[in-house]
Amino acid sequence: MAKDINPDKVNVILATDCGSTTTKAILIQLVDGVYRLTHRGEAPTTVEAPFEDVTKGVLNSITELEELSGRKILDGEKIISPVKDGIGVDIYISTSSAGGGLQMMVGGVVKNMTGESAQRAALGAGAIVMDVLASNDGRLYHEKVRRIRQLRPDMILLSGGIDGGTVSHVVELAEILEAANPKPRLGIGYKLPVIYAGNIKARDAIAERLQDKTDLTMVENIRPTLEKENLKPSRDEIHELFMEHVMAQAPGYKKLMSWTDAPIMPTPGAVGEIIQKIAKVENITVVGVDIGGATTDVFSVFQNQFNRTVSANLGMSYSICNVLAESGVPNVIRWVPFDTDEEDLTNRIANKMIRPTTIPQDMDDLKMEQAISREALRLSFKQHKEFAVGLKGIQKERTISDAFDQSESGESLVDLMELNLLVGSGGVLSHAPRRHQAARMLVDAFLPEGVTQLAVDSIFMMPQLGVLSTVHDKAALEVFNRDCLVHLGTCLAPVGPQKTGKIVLDYEIDLGDGKTEKGSLMAGEMKLIPIEYKPCKAKLIPGKNMDIGWGKNESRDTVISGGVVGILLDGRGRRPFSLPENSTERIKKLLEWSTVTAEYPNLEGQS
Amino acid sequence: MSRTYTPGLKVLHNTTVRKVRQLPLRGKVNLAIGDIVKPDRVVASTHIPGNVHMVNAAILMNVEPDAVPECMLVKIDAPISKGQIIAQSKGFFGLFKSHIKSQIDGTLGNVSGITGQIILNEPPIPIEVDAYTSGKVVEVIPEEGVVIETSAAIIQGILGIAGESHGDIEVLTKNASDELTEDMILDSHAGKIIVGGSFISLDTYKKAIRKKVAAVVVGGFNYSDITTLLGYPLGVAITGSEDIGTTLVITEGFGKISMADRTYSLLSEHNGDFAAITGATQIRAGVIRPEVLIPFPDSSDHGMVFDETGVATTEGSIVRVIRAPHFGRVGKVKSLPPQLMKMESETMVRVAEIEFEDGTVNTIPRANLEMILTD
Repeated sequence: MAKDINPDKVNVILATDCGSTTTKAILIQLVDGVYRLTHRGEAPTTVEAPFEDVTKGVLNSITELEELSGRKILDGEKIISPVKDGIGVDIYISTSSAGGGLQMMVGGVVKNMTGESAQRAALGAGAIVMDVLASNDGRLYHEKVRRIRQLRPDMILLSGGIDGGTVSHVVELAEILEAANPKPRLGIGYKLPVIYAGNIKARDAIAERLQDKTDLTMVENIRPTLEKENLKPSRDEIHELFMEHVMAQAPGYKKLMSWTDAPIMPTPGAVGEIIQKIAKVENITVVGVDIGGATTDVFSVFQNQFNRTVSANLGMSYSICNVLAESGVPNVIRWVPFDTDEEDLTNRIANKMIRPTTIPQDMDDLKMEQAISREALRLSFKQHKEFAVGLKGIQKERTISDAFDQSESGESLVDLMELNLLVGSGGVLSHAPRRHQAARMLVDAFLPEGVTQLAVDSIFMMPQLGVLSTVHDKAALEVFNRDCLVHLGTCLAPVGPQKTGKIVLDYEIDLGDGKTEKGSLMAGEMKLIPIEYKPCKAKLIPGKNMDIGWGKNESRDTVISGGVVGILLDGRGRRPFSLPENSTERIKKLLEWSTVTAEYPNLEGQS
Repeated sequence: MSRTYTPGLKVLHNTTVRKVRQLPLRGKVNLAIGDIVKPDRVVASTHIPGNVHMVNAAILMNVEPDAVPECMLVKIDAPISKGQIIAQSKGFFGLFKSHIKSQIDGTLGNVSGITGQIILNEPPIPIEVDAYTSGKVVEVIPEEGVVIETSAAIIQGILGIAGESHGDIEVLTKNASDELTEDMILDSHAGKIIVGGSFISLDTYKKAIRKKVAAVVVGGFNYSDITTLLGYPLGVAITGSEDIGTTLVITEGFGKISMADRTYSLLSEHNGDFAAITGATQIRAGVIRPEVLIPFPDSSDHGMVFDETGVATTEGSIVRVIRAPHFGRVGKVKSLPPQLMKMESETMVRVAEIEFEDGTVNTIPRANLEMILTD
């Protein structure tokens, strides 16, 4: 468990992430004064039967690490720590999303005020929010009671009311919980943890109702005033209870917790840590996405505000059919660059749902999988934009300059034109056979505007770096920049009215070594300038009424960077972006864009 | 020799099966260790809390919330019956009294002096867990359930729809690659578990439901037909609670796919025998497979407990390919080359060389193989 760590004495770091299917171990070492990822190993997670002990998978992944690195780390089933005579590690840390992660229910008096704040706190702590209970959610009392009983969450966060305000509404929510007498998902004999983070005036009444039936803790109000959101105490308490109750019930976790030098964090909570850190250190806006088998997490930092959403049923294997259901078959087919039979497509996708660990062997299968990933990413980002908003229900102070701005409280913080860095992770992006495919999936799904850097997490080590950043900032950031991020390049996407044959962007990019790339990007066109990751001077002149980031018709000399893919020019339009409706025309355009962006090989020979 | 771990489905001729039969909440266990049970024997029972009704008593009686407790005529947890007056306001100098009648039979759950609400609980709902299979009780989990052991043949499917059922097995197709068609289903199949080969169409399945067939076991089904059948798309593979009357177990996957020969042969061997079946599936954490369990009448004929912890694919293992382009084909592992290989999709993967039954050899990603766990 947590111990005092002197960062100056840490030379070798072992970190694991216990995912729902795979446990990944990484070894970080101080090499020539810089922390670097040196080795990684993995093994199947062993939370489920027949093993039912998470530490077995952890030990297997560390054993693989030992074999690959030649470094002795284990003494039987014990991690050797600290380093002595060149063996062992200085610290060991871990994250976990095994066993379905942290599943929570939250409650608030008004759904889009305290309900939304509670949701933000839970999501930020790395939870999946199963439902938001609110006085005004339109459900009858008995429906709410039935829902709580059905869901059996790991934990409930109850908020409501500003400090000193009316108590009856939040007490009513507590009465609903009391009537439901909820049971936790894990552990038949223990009480469900409930965190109360609402009006302090209602504490006694809440305790009276929930003290005996639940394991009740109280923290500061999540919304002490309408204008202030106070998420940290709730998030900290969620982490605490996650360790004490939820993890302690999962097989083998008590043992694992005794091994780690810092509290085990829920995987998405750890990813959020590192994203926030990067945004702060680099002073940039960031969107990060982790597309998994069951869920897709989106993280963003805009206007110094961090937001995380988890689309609990949008993923690339376990919940792939839900992506199909939510997006609709036509929206998936629109990305497939060949004629396909609808029945065949849906059966193939459904077979991935029931055999989630399979991988595409032939090219058509890969294209179909990447087509559906675009929709999973698009839908998750749509949900994120709707959720990542300013506080609702507050009076906004307005200045003279705002006088003509009709914006209201609660509008989305996500502004794609302001976005500096888009980072993707998760199997379909990190393990795409060509990095060009990852770049195309990110661009097609997120539709970045203006000038945006693209990157992927090379081997999905953001979770481990996130928890590492809580105990050793320097090591986490050095590894993040040197070994974690694969810089794909920069996307240039002008925004404005589209018309066939119209120039949307003129560009002149200095590639170094006396080479310059100069040209015009036409409406509906994509181009790729291959150039490695380095700063390149660029002159960008948007077409008539177009905006490349500095306002309509505003040209700019700027510096952009290449990457393993290069500089991707996207003239296909935004707001709205659309594909040809005619199937032949659509496939022709998809093939054209694929060819110029080197997305797939041998397109001419494909069906 | 190289080894690789690949998940698999069990097709076992004779094994010892242990079934945990457990209540969702604590309750009463009706059996003791050593008891012999039949499939329909209730092994444990409990009650789950009944539905809840919340009544805004303060508004109905036109009193302040804090006055509600003193208006109550019934104590908390006391029984109440439909139409009974359970609260009455003091009125104005004893006049103009308002009262509240219970809408239900049950108990008074709670009274709130802050919100003015009263909570009425419907009577608890009984929950029973049956034995599912015949066998012997080998363990009692206090207040929760029992573990039943039996010798049986077992076949796991990949996906099922609807929950537990039972009946005698009747194989309707001539071979594993035949489609189960409408004309094969007769009135006499009511209450039976019918087995087809490669596929069943939606119309045929609907006929099975109409004829009150207990369950259908086939190789494949169309995904879009599940959507039509249930009235909603199956977004994640978590099933078992569907109320459609006839349980469905798919052994191979979506589309038209011949049932694996071993599976078909084992089911054919037990044509006419009693089986327990469940469609309950969970592909995510805590994997649950649909299954056909054929308990042997003579439980002394014990097979071994199948230990899957040490199971790994090695040269000679029988495997099934579970993804295009060879989806559904069964073959033998010829070799497990250690180096990564590039597939047509350009994915670099660890592979296995598979020799199919027709003698052809193909290189398949190891991740696209499933072991057939057989005895």
